[in-house]
Amino acid sequence: MDKKYGVYICTGCGIGDAMDIDTLIEAAEENNVQSCKTSPFLCGKEGVEMIKKDIEEEGINTIIIAACSGRVNYDVFDFGSDKIVERANIREQVAWVHEPDGPDAVDEEEDHTGRHAADVIHMAYAKVKSMELPEPYKVEEPSKAILVVGGGMAGITAALESANAGYKTVLVEKEAKLGGWLNKLYKVTPLKAPYTELEDPNVDEKVKELEEHPNITVYTSAKIKKIAGAPGMFDAVIDVNGSEVQERIGAIVLAAGSQPVDAEKLSHLGYGSYKNVVTHAELEEMAKNGKIVRPSDGQEAKKIAFIQCAGSRDPERLPYCSHACCIESLKQAAYVSELNPEAMTYIFYKDIRSSGTYEHFYKKIQETGAVFIKGDITGITESGDGTLTVESEDVLLGGKASVEGVDLVVLATGMVPNTAFGKELEVEADDEGAADEKEEKGTQDVIIASDILNLDYRQGPELPALKYGFPDSHYICFPYETRRTGIYAAGSVRAPMDMAKAITDATGAALKAIQCVEATAQGAAVHPRSGDLSYPEFNLNRCTQCKRCTEECPFGAINEDEKTNPLINPTRCRRCGTCMGACPERIISFKNYSVPMIGNMIKAIEMPEEDEEKPRILVFACENDAIPALDMAGINRLKYNPWVRVIPVRCLGSLNLVWIADAMSEGYDGVLLMGCKHGDDYQCHFIKGSELAEIRLSKVSETLDRLGLESERVRAVEVNIMDYMKIPQILDEFAEELEELGPNPMKDF
Amino acid sequence: MGNKSVLVVGGGMSGITAAVEAAEAGCEVFLVEKNSYLGGRVAQINQYFPKMCPPNCGLEINFQRIKKNPKINFFTLAEVESISGEEGNFNVTIKLNPRFVNENCTGCNKCTEVCPAERDDDFNCGLSKTKAIYLAHPFAFPMKYIIDANACQGDSCGKCVEACKYNAIDLKMEPQTMTVNVGSIIWAAGWKPYDIGKLSNYGGGRFENVISNIMMERMAALTGPTQGKILRPSDNGEPKNIAFVQCAGSRDEHHLKTCSSVCCMATLKQVNYVREQYPDANITIYFMDIRAMGKHEDYYQKVLEEKNVKLIKGKPSEIKEVPETKNLLVLAENQFTQEVETLEYDLVVLATGMEPATAEDKVPAQLNYDVDGFVIAGPPTPGIYAAGCTRKPGDVASSVQDATAAVLKAIQSTVRR
Repeated sequence: MDKKYGVYICTGCGIGDAMDIDTLIEAAEENNVQSCKTSPFLCGKEGVEMIKKDIEEEGINTIIIAACSGRVNYDVFDFGSDKIVERANIREQVAWVHEPDGPDAVDEEEDHTGRHAADVIHMAYAKVKSMELPEPYKVEEPSKAILVVGGGMAGITAALESANAGYKTVLVEKEAKLGGWLNKLYKVTPLKAPYTELEDPNVDEKVKELEEHPNITVYTSAKIKKIAGAPGMFDAVIDVNGSEVQERIGAIVLAAGSQPVDAEKLSHLGYGSYKNVVTHAELEEMAKNGKIVRPSDGQEAKKIAFIQCAGSRDPERLPYCSHACCIESLKQAAYVSELNPEAMTYIFYKDIRSSGTYEHFYKKIQETGAVFIKGDITGITESGDGTLTVESEDVLLGGKASVEGVDLVVLATGMVPNTAFGKELEVEADDEGAADEKEEKGTQDVIIASDILNLDYRQGPELPALKYGFPDSHYICFPYETRRTGIYAAGSVRAPMDMAKAITDATGAALKAIQCVEATAQGAAVHPRSGDLSYPEFNLNRCTQCKRCTEECPFGAINEDEKTNPLINPTRCRRCGTCMGACPERIISFKNYSVPMIGNMIKAIEMPEEDEEKPRILVFACENDAIPALDMAGINRLKYNPWVRVIPVRCLGSLNLVWIADAMSEGYDGVLLMGCKHGDDYQCHFIKGSELAEIRLSKVSETLDRLGLESERVRAVEVNIMDYMKIPQILDEFAEELEELGPNPMKDF
Repeated sequence: MGNKSVLVVGGGMSGITAAVEAAEAGCEVFLVEKNSYLGGRVAQINQYFPKMCPPNCGLEINFQRIKKNPKINFFTLAEVESISGEEGNFNVTIKLNPRFVNENCTGCNKCTEVCPAERDDDFNCGLSKTKAIYLAHPFAFPMKYIIDANACQGDSCGKCVEACKYNAIDLKMEPQTMTVNVGSIIWAAGWKPYDIGKLSNYGGGRFENVISNIMMERMAALTGPTQGKILRPSDNGEPKNIAFVQCAGSRDEHHLKTCSSVCCMATLKQVNYVREQYPDANITIYFMDIRAMGKHEDYYQKVLEEKNVKLIKGKPSEIKEVPETKNLLVLAENQFTQEVETLEYDLVVLATGMEPATAEDKVPAQLNYDVDGFVIAGPPTPGIYAAGCTRKPGDVASSVQDATAAVLKAIQSTVRR
């Protein structure tokens, strides 16, 4: 693109009162700009018209708006996708956070605020000069088909819902019959208002709908042997009853379900030793067969005790709550009394977790005469006639409860996701061992080889697991956030959940899969940089096969060939730039975001001489949280020193160490990284960008020490969006510490 | 092929999610919100459980998604007046209430500086005041000021009009109406905290130191009336003895019959707010069942390990105020001890539940509602879907899932015909 530059300076909102605008114009014109204009109200009609006129008459196509933050007036300053627009924020991050320059400030060289504004414009110019408009990466004939793995309630739902929206869908189920867990159920918990009525599983009806649907291909007795490729172009090899079929797939819903906790682990509740202690599933089977009996002698069971949290909320078994068991037991209590109105039911529980509208269901069951006993089980014993005595604490009536002559004890077993079974892949540990490895590479993903997806990914064959083996999202606001682009987990494989929730979850996951195939067809990124058309390009001639990019990509986007050359899959990429930050050879660039671009921004400012006593602090701030926090400091008119120069980055994970070297040799006195919280409750939207940046930083300190530069000059700080009140303190304390260290000795070189 | 556009009603977490997810799947989206800003209830929340992360972080990302997506048209201060037509082809009339501030507003704050009139800040549950011209809250999106017509002194004052250099204030602004044609509708009007004034046996609304859990969120928030400090409203004193009352107005035949599913976790989270500020404070939780579902159990277990946190199973029957100290006496049968106890606290937090907005404000179309007022989508008007707490009570993650699912149903409505 043949660039023609225009710089448009707003003097409103206090900007004009904070600095000398003529000096600012002079500074802007030091760059090779074709037009430089000011307006007292740039976002007003006349201001915008002025810019549009320049675009039309002067052919300006690269526009620097020196005014407010890009977080506001984004629509006003939109001049079409064929223009480059850069927002030089001289309002929230300059005029509103520094003391205004006095009338003689320029002459006395005390124009700190004005100089900051000038540097912001210089940096914006360096940025747009170094960038091109992105051209999307387009897959040839991208597939929009959705692969659903698992044919239970969640899988059936995901397949039907995708197909009903017009998408080709492939459903793979390992059993001979579709339906999964539903096949084992006599009744299903209420799925709709008034949330009190049991429903039939209706498996056959659902299977028929699936099999007759023109958009759906069903493979039963099938398993995924391998999934290679990337969104829009996955190649799934499916073993169907011993023969192989291949399908081209756009995106994937993982609905592999869960299974009850291993009943062997429930021996403390008499399972295995007493015949009349059965699991939740075994009761379903009996009910399906029409009669609830004592396994010991086939006699009808008249007195039935349900034991909640069998294996759940138990630090030695499943520490978590399995979410569905309370309402599942309520359901069983309901049909037990339907099948035999004479039957007596007892429910031993810790808390009845009939959350939300299932309260109505709980209430209804209470009214049927079921006896609820709150307390931990203290013992289950068998009498000579095979009946059982259940003893527990009785929290509500005080003391102990003892129910004798129980025909059947039903254990409300918790659920374990099918992704939790398999060998946990070990980090490729070098000799130093795993601890050093963590220090070196940051928190490693837990990937359990559960033999479900069999992804041909360098970073492992399955989705990374969060706690307890569930491949869940780590984000509250973004429950469909996935660490493998285009693969969305849904239903009880993702988190413990009941049937109604699994249906919703699967429908949502199907939408995310559809979104992914649509975005991929456009060459656009999916969440969180939705719509971003840029993607990383590798200059492989200079690659040294160091594997840093392939190891550090949080999304497993980069594979390796046998010579450990990186093989990039752009449609798996989320555009965070972690690979770009990792690469010591600096061979990875986006059209509009690159190592040289930031390097040029670093060098673009006017660096004061050492004797001027005007320190300079370079801040790399994460766009998602730290930049809004800096803006908020401005909106609240908090004041901090004018020595800081801020460069927004997509994620601190994209921080390349050469920028630190650039900054030091350029003469900056200190460098501060502002990124998101990491650790167990990390807030980084690219998983571990801020953590990786800190690890990289730990390596640079030795180098700094060697050069005779104090390593304290470079540091990282966690800043979230609500930390704006702390911004002045963070920046001013750092400035004070740097002052104590004295100026960067490389300043005048 | 029907109209492939979707109307989303409600700009809270569910509505925002529905709008961005639909737009990112390729639909044209109209999003209408009755407040002057997007974000709804979550904008008032200090932190999310269990990560204790700030809601503004996720909102910021969603606002970026809205800003970057030309397919989303959003309208604040907007309400749906009528709906006609059918699935695939709905005509919807939308009323746009006056902001009295136009698009020229730059957010410079000069107007607020000169405004002489005040109003109760509803964003802070009335615990503080704003000027009559104000920004709803520091993170308000869009960042445009608004005038409360009930508080504004009008033409006779006009100080803000004078102070505004950008001609952004129009005291004569009138309501407008517009019509959109869409293929389907997602109703995500959200919820209201159950009015503590209706809990007269707890002194809700009468006793200053009996507050709701939403008031607690505002007090704990840096952007709130106390800049994040948890204080007794009566004297701004530091509370030392705090009670949380679960199911206050929930699971109750006389109030909300259902369980709101979030209040248990919200209280456990608020225990941590208190603990962080007052390491030695005594905290008591009155509860029926602690519903820490799924992996949230871990969070519950951690709270149980805390010092000075006591759980009492039992629903208080009455709360009385000690006139001299404004302390509270909570009467309850402690089901653990089978004794009726009266215990004194200096602050009581009522964990009130969610009442769907649709319990009162019905969708202007033929739709069914369940006993709690949640929308039952489907016949007699297919093509209108409920999302988030309009369909079921739920926490943020569930509402986001629900809204995402609703989008797929809405898309099906647009391709069906």
